[in-house]
Amino acid sequence: MTIVNTDTIPGKSIVQVKGLVQGNTVRAKNIGRDIAAGLKNMVGGELKGYTELLTESRREAISRMIAQAEALGANAVVNVRFSTSAITSGASEMMAYGTAVVAE
Amino acid sequence: MDEQSITLVFYVGLPLLIFGIGWFVGHIAEKNHERSLAEREEELKDIEVSDMRYPPGFSESDGTCALVSGEAVVSSDLFKSWLFGLRNIIGGESKTFTRLFDRARREALLRMKARARELGCNAICNMRFDSADIGGNTVAANRKRGMNMAVALVSGTAWRC
Repeated sequence: MTIVNTDTIPGKSIVQVKGLVQGNTVRAKNIGRDIAAGLKNMVGGELKGYTELLTESRREAISRMIAQAEALGANAVVNVRFSTSAITSGASEMMAYGTAVVAE
Repeated sequence: MDEQSITLVFYVGLPLLIFGIGWFVGHIAEKNHERSLAEREEELKDIEVSDMRYPPGFSESDGTCALVSGEAVVSSDLFKSWLFGLRNIIGGESKTFTRLFDRARREALLRMKARARELGCNAICNMRFDSADIGGNTVAANRKRGMNMAVALVSGTAWRC
């Protein structure tokens, strides 16, 4: 499965468009990580727990999007975009969407 | 110690101590982070990043391409958050927060570049910046404030060309 955020795939041409696919996830870190982040907020610096949260959310959203694309019989997803929304402190919603295509 | 001086220590000394620690540790951490950013940027400078559809001066890719992304959440320290509170009253640019967001973006960019390198790619095109609200500032209810942090999300398509 080729995933790109451009509308073309280098060296391949899109032969069939299967439609919009998307995947989303809402994740939160455990309270221990939230408390640690709260303490880190006093001295500043990277909040590793929240960076991890975003990386995991992205991976999860992409894998759900891929599952949808596979179900449609596509072999690539082009023009992938990400969107986030706020829920509450320490949680995030991540959504990935793109166009499932067959490329050769 | 009489009651008045205990109150004074509690309401003035303790916040000052916390601010002081926050400022001191935060300052050192910021300097270290900036140094490490500069080092890694030097290391990864051969990976070209652009927000155009194709890598600039694009020669034919060998067909290897993949979505790469980077994330970074960097928090401000208590002292700077407090300073920003003052800045918010006066108005104008907050240099410390501008730097904070800059650091988060550079960190996220570097992580994306590192992932591109792992895949053996040497160019990233169609790069996009994004943001998220993890601190909860846009949804905080009533007077409850969220945490001050810079969230940077970056994504792009890595090419080998």
